[in-house]
Amino acid sequence: MEADSKPKKSGARLCCVCNQNRAALKRPKTLEQICRECFYAVFEEEIHQVILENQLFKPGERIAIGASGGKDSTVLAYVLSELNRRHNYGLDLFLLSVDEGITGYRDDSLETVKRNELQYGLPLKIVSYKDLYGWTMDEIVKMIGLKNNCTFCGVFRRQALDRGAALLKVDKVATGHNADDIAETVLLNILRGDIARLSRCTSIITGEDGPIPRCKPFKYTYEKEIVMYAYFKKLDYFSTKCIYSPNAYRGFAREFIKDLERTRPRAILDIIKSGEDFRISTTTKMPEQGTCERCGYISSQKWCKACVLLEGLNRGLPKLGIGRNQGLNSDGKKDRKRDSRTPSIESKQCGSLEF
Amino acid sequence: MACNSSTCNSSGCYKGYEEEEQPKPNTKAAVNGGNSCQNLCVKCKVNEPVCCGIGGENSRFCKDCFKNNLYGKFKQAVTYNAMITPPDKVLVAFSGGPSSRVVLQFVHEMQYKAQKNYDANKDKSLPVFGVGVAFIDESSTHSFTSLHIEKAIEDIRLIVSNLAPPSKELFVVPIESIFSSDGIDGKERLKELLDAVSDVTGKEDLLIRLRILLLQKIASENGYTRIVLGTCTSRIACHVISATVKGQGYSLSADIQYVDSRWEIPVVLPLRDCPAQELNTLCSLDGLKIVELLNGPCSGINGLVSSFVKVLQEENPSRECTIVRTAGKLTPFHFNRVPEIHDSNVPSATRRHQKRYTLKPNGSLSSDSFCPICSSPLKKSNFPSSLRSHGNQQNPDLIASACSSCQFQILPKDPSLMEEFLSVLPQQMITKAKHGDQGDFSLLREQIQEFLLSDGENEI
Repeated sequence: MEADSKPKKSGARLCCVCNQNRAALKRPKTLEQICRECFYAVFEEEIHQVILENQLFKPGERIAIGASGGKDSTVLAYVLSELNRRHNYGLDLFLLSVDEGITGYRDDSLETVKRNELQYGLPLKIVSYKDLYGWTMDEIVKMIGLKNNCTFCGVFRRQALDRGAALLKVDKVATGHNADDIAETVLLNILRGDIARLSRCTSIITGEDGPIPRCKPFKYTYEKEIVMYAYFKKLDYFSTKCIYSPNAYRGFAREFIKDLERTRPRAILDIIKSGEDFRISTTTKMPEQGTCERCGYISSQKWCKACVLLEGLNRGLPKLGIGRNQGLNSDGKKDRKRDSRTPSIESKQCGSLEF
Repeated sequence: MACNSSTCNSSGCYKGYEEEEQPKPNTKAAVNGGNSCQNLCVKCKVNEPVCCGIGGENSRFCKDCFKNNLYGKFKQAVTYNAMITPPDKVLVAFSGGPSSRVVLQFVHEMQYKAQKNYDANKDKSLPVFGVGVAFIDESSTHSFTSLHIEKAIEDIRLIVSNLAPPSKELFVVPIESIFSSDGIDGKERLKELLDAVSDVTGKEDLLIRLRILLLQKIASENGYTRIVLGTCTSRIACHVISATVKGQGYSLSADIQYVDSRWEIPVVLPLRDCPAQELNTLCSLDGLKIVELLNGPCSGINGLVSSFVKVLQEENPSRECTIVRTAGKLTPFHFNRVPEIHDSNVPSATRRHQKRYTLKPNGSLSSDSFCPICSSPLKKSNFPSSLRSHGNQQNPDLIASACSSCQFQILPKDPSLMEEFLSVLPQQMITKAKHGDQGDFSLLREQIQEFLLSDGENEI
């Protein structure tokens, strides 16, 4: 399924957009042969259109860019500040980073973010698991092992981003989730039977009824194109996988999508389109939303997941909050028995953070 | 980003779904004596187990209980969805593979029982439903030797003739007879049609569509009222993934229900709850003969999807069921139920019975429009204005009214080739294109049927 390839028998292929420069690359999304300048232009323009059509931002808003130091967030920071300038979005941009406390991984990528702060001129805020919860991921993994560690990290990171955003007093958080990520998530939710998540996962803006809305400007941007952009523009980013994640189930979906992309590049966008079009009855969508009794964060249960997990860590019960019987014991909330072996530091009360 | 962990069970993760758990078969009662139960069927606790159900180690059934379990799923699907009622004549689509062999066997057994009841009953009020078998000969699209295909057809004739009484008519129809002109002409036209489709997946999917159209043709020309397919859980799981991958998320729920009444003759899937593995096991246990006509492994997207689902199954044997269960939560369409019987010749008891069991329609009775090529219902926003159908009735109609997936993988990219492509498409598809934007009047008609006095109104 080759799209417009114009084989010029004369040897040098010309960019199919400007027809002047020599084509330097094939666009992963469309297989068009294109020169560097036109690639930058079309890449940036597509993102600009996504921002406009979905009304992601309003002038005067303060936006925190979730910055991990990886390619997605680096490119996002770069492109957003560029488009902000070029098209006068009128936004105040910040970099927001989460330090999970993973030696040899996060400390290196944080250096990258600190460099980004200088390179892009965007103020940086770092929030750490240690400060927020009293535990680093290294400590958590030491306690619970290599299974379910992604659960802890994901839950903690979500809250950490929100708390950091509240500290920065921003109106929205923008994350670097790309088309591949969203396609993987759609497939994962089908495989795992999560119909409620399936109906939400393709939304470009989420959490509008929560503390801080989040948006994904890269929703239709291919991961390969992000890499290409970063490569050609020589952007500074950190490219190693998290050392604790080799067994993630997402790997299955990722492999499959890579194979798909080789056969039919538009399949990634087609998966997202399917996800948007699924007929899911509105009654199955939203779990009832309340607040956590312990910290005030948004939660559909009595305690938010982070508090449940923390309780488990502090009491030396690594399985608390994991698995089917995840409820706390009826006396759990009041019983503050401490395991003498592990230090117990409760997470800070959120009252001061205005949730 | 969504959680990566394979066993993540954070509260939002599985609220409202029952997953990551082997389906619990009837083991609870059985596990109460320790080791003695290891050697007994978990259901009847009498015979020796011979095979595992999908549940894995825990569910070892003896041959009879295994078969009864499977037949039970079939029977329940048929009854609950009113798939087959006494006045029906059902056409069983038979490909030779294990699923269609099993569905044929089960339909036969059901018919046999009904016949015995009829014979024993003095009051012959409820007639026995009729059964026919259709085999579509696709040899013109492959390079099988004619000897191979003839042997296969002989085997099929033997199988069907052995499934009597009651006797069943067998139709062996070459795929090219989808075109009204058959013989050499049809073969040429079919070849031309398939050659015009450059995408491998598009070719495969188009062939599937032609198969369904041909089954419809056979059924309606011979007075059949239902088409029975042996589509099993595993195939549906693959279809869920491949439809998602092709951007057909909207129409997905239409294809995976028990009943599909989009077409003139409703299509029913009684083996929807049976995994392929169990069907294979039954065939070997019961000595049901399978006619292996390998139509070639699927390539392209369909092939990728089957390998993917296979890998997932190996990792977790209940994955196929979970996929189908998830997709089962998508809202079906109004045509995903058996149409109500208005024929006053049908005993009212039957009609009451059917009414009781038919699914209530979901949501509003919208007049969906359909893609002329794959018959998938089109989302309203994707549907072009009906004003376009004025004037030139040729190309613009087909391109405009086809779904995005067919536009991409089936219709020719080069507009100059479109005219030629249209000339080789089967007539049924062209007709649909012309009238595609007029919605589905049959449902509206159903609502007012009892008040219509004559058939004077032209059914478009």
